[in-house]
Formats: sequence, C-alpha cells, structure tokens
Amino acid sequence: MSAVLADMPGAVAPATTKAIAPSKGGRPWTFYVLATLFAAYVLALYGPMFCIYILSFQDIRGGLVFPMKGHSMHWFVDLFTQVRTGDVKGSFDRSIKLAVIVTIITVVVSFLAGLGFRRRFRGDTFVFYMMIGSLVAPGLVLGLGTGLLFQALGLNASWYTSALGAQLSWTLPFGVLVMFAVMSRFNHVWEEAAYDLGASRWQSIWLVMIPVLAPGLVAVALFGFTLSYDEFARSLQTAGSLNTLPLEIWSMTLNVTSPSLYALGTVTTIVSFIVIGASLGTIVLIQKKRGSRSKG
Amino acid sequence: MQSSSTPSRSDLAGWLYVSPLVLVLVPFFVAPILVVLAASFFATDGFGGLTPGFTLASYVEVLHSALTLKLYMATIKFTVLTWIFTLIIGFFVAYFLVFHVRNQLLAIGLFLLCTVPFWTSNIIRMISWIPLLGKEGLINQALLGIGVIRQPLEVLLFSDLAVVIAYVHQLTIFMIVPIFNSMARIDKKLIEAAIDAGASRFDIMRLIVVPMSKSGIALGTIFVVSIVMGDFFVVKVMSGGGSASVVSAFYEDVGVLQYPTAAASAVLLTLVLVAIVSLILRTVDIRQEITR
Repeated sequence: MSAVLADMPGAVAPATTKAIAPSKGGRPWTFYVLATLFAAYVLALYGPMFCIYILSFQDIRGGLVFPMKGHSMHWFVDLFTQVRTGDVKGSFDRSIKLAVIVTIITVVVSFLAGLGFRRRFRGDTFVFYMMIGSLVAPGLVLGLGTGLLFQALGLNASWYTSALGAQLSWTLPFGVLVMFAVMSRFNHVWEEAAYDLGASRWQSIWLVMIPVLAPGLVAVALFGFTLSYDEFARSLQTAGSLNTLPLEIWSMTLNVTSPSLYALGTVTTIVSFIVIGASLGTIVLIQKKRGSRSKG
Repeated sequence: MQSSSTPSRSDLAGWLYVSPLVLVLVPFFVAPILVVLAASFFATDGFGGLTPGFTLASYVEVLHSALTLKLYMATIKFTVLTWIFTLIIGFFVAYFLVFHVRNQLLAIGLFLLCTVPFWTSNIIRMISWIPLLGKEGLINQALLGIGVIRQPLEVLLFSDLAVVIAYVHQLTIFMIVPIFNSMARIDKKLIEAAIDAGASRFDIMRLIVVPMSKSGIALGTIFVVSIVMGDFFVVKVMSGGGSASVVSAFYEDVGVLQYPTAAASAVLLTLVLVAIVSLILRTVDIRQEITR
C-alpha cells in the first residue's frame, strides 16, 4: 500500500507535476470545494484525538467529557500507581519488547522475501496468495486458531511465542508489500555493476542493495513496530496470561470510566509519535547524506 | 525476465529467499485456519472441551438460526456504508492532493499528515469519539447552545451511526494511499492532451482519472471490506452492545466456550470474505500493480 510512503522524500521529482487546471492564475471552483473537504477530513482525523489528549490533563474532579475540570497530571500518576486500572506498566514493557522483536524479524524476513519475489519462480503465486490470505483473514479467527493449536500441542500460549507468531502473520504481509514497492524502484544496473566488479552475491546484497534500500527498510521497520505495538485482535486469544498494552486498553474501555483511559491514550500516542518521528527523521537524514555526497 | 534454461536452480533460489516467510505463515496462518476448520466439525461437551469427530451439527445450527441472517445483514450494512463513505472521501482527498496541490513537496507533506494516525492505536482513536459524541459531548453541547435541539441527541454515541463514524475515521486512509498511488502515476501529458482535444474537466474525470485509478480503488476496497467484516471491537464499543456483527457474535461464542459453533461461523465468514476478495482480484492484478 505504500509505494509512496516507502521512499517519500526520494519521490520529490523535478517539478513536472501541474494541476489539471492552468497552472498559473485562478484556481477552478473545484479547488476550493476539495480544499474544504480535505480540511474537514484532517480536522475530523485529528480533532477527536486532541480532545482526549487535552482531557487527560484534568485534575481529580475530571470526567469523560468537556468542560475541562482543572489542570494536573493526576490521571497519569493514577494510571501507573492504581491497581484497579490493571498492570499498565508491565503490559507497556511487554508491548515495547514484543514490538522490537517483531520489527527485527519483519525487516529481515520481508527483505529476503522481497529479494525472492524479484524473479518469478515455480509456486511464487501460491506464496503470494498465502500472504494476501494472512492479511485479509479476520484477526480474531486466526488468533483463536493459533490459541487452539497451542492448546492441542500442549504448549503454553504467551506473548513471546504464540502472540509473536500471530502478530508476524499480520506485520509480514504489510512488510513484504512495502518491500515490493521499494524494490520496484531499485535499479538492477547497480547490482549488475557490483557483479561485474567481482562482488559475491553476499557482497552485492550487503554493500550495494542494503545501503541503497535503507530508507525503504526503515519504512518496513516503522510498519513492523507500530502494527505490532497496536495489534489487538490477533493477540487477544494468543497472549496467554500476561496482557500486551492494547489488550490492557481494551479491558480498560470495558470497566474504567475515568480520564485514566485518556491518559493511557496520551502515553501510547506519544510513544507512537516518537517512533514515527525517529523513522521519518532517519529516512530524511539518509536522503540528505546521499544528496550531499553526490554533490561533493 | 531471465531465460528459463535452468528453471530448477532459480526456483530453488526463489524458495530459499521466501522460506523464512513461509516458515512463519504456515504455522501461524495455514495451521490456525485448518484448526478452526477442524474444530467446526467437532462436537462439544458444553464446557469448552472438544470431542474429535465429524459432525455437521454446528453448521446446521449456524445456518438454521435466524440470528445468523441478522448478523450478516448487520455486517453487510456496516461494510457497505463504510465502503461508500471511505471511497468518496478517499477518492476526493487523493484527487485533491494529486491534481490540485501544485507544490509537490506540500502534497507529500499533506499526504503524510493523513497517514500519521494510521501508526497510532486504533482503540484510542475509537474511544476519542466519546468526548465528542456523548450525551454531554461537544456536539450535543454545541447544538443545545445554538438552540437547534432541546434534548441531547442520544443517537450520536452507542449507535449504528457511531459505529460507521468510527470505521470511516479509521479506514479512509486505506482508500487514500492506494488511490493516491495510482493517481500519482497518471501521466500529466495525457490530461493535457485531453484538454487540448477539447475534453471537459468532467470528461477527464470520467474517461481518464476514474478508469486509471481503478486498481487503487480495488486495493483499497479489499482492505476496507476485509477489515470491517473481520472487526468486532468497534461494533462492540461504539454500539454500546446494541449491535452485533458476525465476528462480534463469534467473540461472544468464544467467551462462553462454544468453540464448534464459533468455528463454523468463522469458516462461513472466511468463505464469504474469500469470495468477495477473489471477485475484486479478478478486476486487478495486485502484484503487477504494486511492483510496477
């Protein structure tokens, strides 16, 4: 889905793009209509989220709706100290660890699969459709199947075994699809040149492909981390006795009716934003470094 | 493509590269689906124990219950409504970004602005509607304030409307990205040629933009349809327990350990989903689409 995302700073092509309408002078009326639609969409996208971030900073009298009652960090303290809200700290910890493991595996496996899918081989369509199936299958059903499978094999379900696998069945198809988009922009001439200069297959991957594809690999990592960190349906039946963060949030939505819930929303969003920022920053940095090197 | 003089060797290399992927998908996608399929034929003692065997009792039960029809109708209603709204919004947002924003850097920035929430928690984004739509929420407060209504509207939260709002909020991005992707590849010279040949802007939309965005629309549709049909927590939370979908009923069945019935209903749902997805895939070769 993200040919564009994968290498967006790289996509800044020379300005060949022109609006359909004459590119100078007055805008057609549709511009104003669509600009309004776009603004409304962005407002609806972010507005509700900002409401809960603001509401999470209320003091002890705070409720679930506006108006704001005072300002304090009360509900953040409440979140990490109260027993009644469950094991937020532990689940937070587990979710981060799990997301890191999922990210590493997703990057490596998607990269290899991306290399494999560059050429047709017997059975490639089968593997491709297996992947699409894994992407579109209802998560809860897959999670239950995985849970029952572990039960039948006499294994204990836990976040680092069954939930890890269940999450990979979700992050890998995404990762490989992003890899497809990234690979389609890789110029095979560079690889050929590496072979001509006597590189081994391993050297051409390590010294040519990985550095060239680095921004795309960061994009795959971003997908891996955030999809795992927020994954819910597939983990529900596979996480075993210890909850991951989304499962904790889920149980809170069912029985906590205080701004603690919003505070948790604010905290998880901050983590997501740090990860998104770091990934996009890395991509931009790599591109910049490349730009300066080619000039210098 | 290479000449296939040594097919066996390149086949082997291909399989070697995808083997880690296959090693994950077989135990965590193929096997669980088979387990669910097997469980749908088992009998149950009613306490969560499964008796291996072969009975179609669960299917008979699922297919004979009036509830099944109701659940599918509800699921289809949510799917169709969400699809229509995400398609309309997604198409025009992508159209605006590709054809109306003249500065390409700005277009990419605005595009990123749309995608950022995709990387944050869905559950949090869903509950963030509570302060807006609730009985004492902002929308009711505003409407009461300007005197449009006397009583707060209760239909806003914990209703089918809230469910559709939450879906559209979460899933429009799945339409925007693939449609943006296909629109961005439309050669602008084609459109200039059409203008020169006297096409109206409506003609351009109808004869060039829509047909050439078809694959993006198909891809977005697959994402939206499969996510809505497989969802249960939006329905459960946003309808306040008032509505149910196929998967939310499945969730309740699992909760009371009715595994075979749940499995039978899951198998039926999966078949429906496979049918829909393969119908869509007939119109577009997504592998070609992504790698092009």
